[in-house]
Amino acid sequence: MSSGALFIAVFLACAVEGVEATTIVLAAGTARDWRSATVGMLTALALLAAITAALGPAVAALPLSALRLFVGALLLIFGLQWLRKAILRASGHKALHDEDAIYREQVAAAAAEPARRAGLVPDWYGFTLSFKGVLLEGLEVVFIALTFGGNAHDIPLAAVAAVSAVVLVGLAGLAIRAPLARVPENTLKFVVGVMLTAFGTFWGAEGAGATWPGSDAALLAIVPAIAVFALVMVVLMRRLRTGSPDQGGAVAAAVAEVS
Amino acid sequence: MASRVRAFGAFAYDFVIGDDWWVAAGVVAGLAVTYALSHAAITAWWLIPALLIVLLPLTLWRAVRKH
Repeated sequence: MSSGALFIAVFLACAVEGVEATTIVLAAGTARDWRSATVGMLTALALLAAITAALGPAVAALPLSALRLFVGALLLIFGLQWLRKAILRASGHKALHDEDAIYREQVAAAAAEPARRAGLVPDWYGFTLSFKGVLLEGLEVVFIALTFGGNAHDIPLAAVAAVSAVVLVGLAGLAIRAPLARVPENTLKFVVGVMLTAFGTFWGAEGAGATWPGSDAALLAIVPAIAVFALVMVVLMRRLRTGSPDQGGAVAAAVAEVS
Repeated sequence: MASRVRAFGAFAYDFVIGDDWWVAAGVVAGLAVTYALSHAAITAWWLIPALLIVLLPLTLWRAVRKH
């Protein structure tokens, strides 16, 4: 796996998680209290750093075949889940992920709760909303960075990609103080789903003892093959929903929907 | 304490297994068969890609049927 591919895969996956975490922090800050939301975010980031520091050496110490089998299985499961949602959204079976709508829902729910001070935190609800959002999305960032980095023998580069994505998205969110609705999140989720599934396929089979034809170069065939298969699924699911026999139009619409 | 363990179990299930347990079960079964074939000196790299061709449409069909 090249350094560029590692960086891009981790950066995109972590950017998607960063957008979702940023929406929650912004909602907590806007509807409740900025200080509590910020303390919640920083507390979650400190906990994530501790988890990373504890798990990083453990991941690096695992035998490579066992790591690839375990990580491959998890990436396949995560990747297929992401792809399923992305295909359902692109084919119209599920509503598109809308950061504006999610932000409005979070703000409305947060505004309805009464304020309660807890220790140094002026608003406990704002703190926990921000803390839980950053921790849950951050766990996925930590998992992606450690597993991709561990498998590629380059945890530092994966960590740089993850931190770059999170910092970039976080700063953008704080700068505009609004949900990052213009980030093409549905497209990113489709791409990340393809990449997680492709790397899960490659590492899982290799960890189970299989040998890929062409070794690492097999990824150059696996990634586009899964992307094309997923696009075909979008077309078929769209036809299932609309009953339209227009294949050419459906293919064009499917590509447009995920791009 | 028991409720916290249950809550963590529910979180772990949701985090790892997600919406459709067939995906996780299929992946684990596929990798187990790949392992068995590989250790019997049988070419097995094709098995996971073949599994995806079945598993992705299956989980999509289950999602649509559920809704």
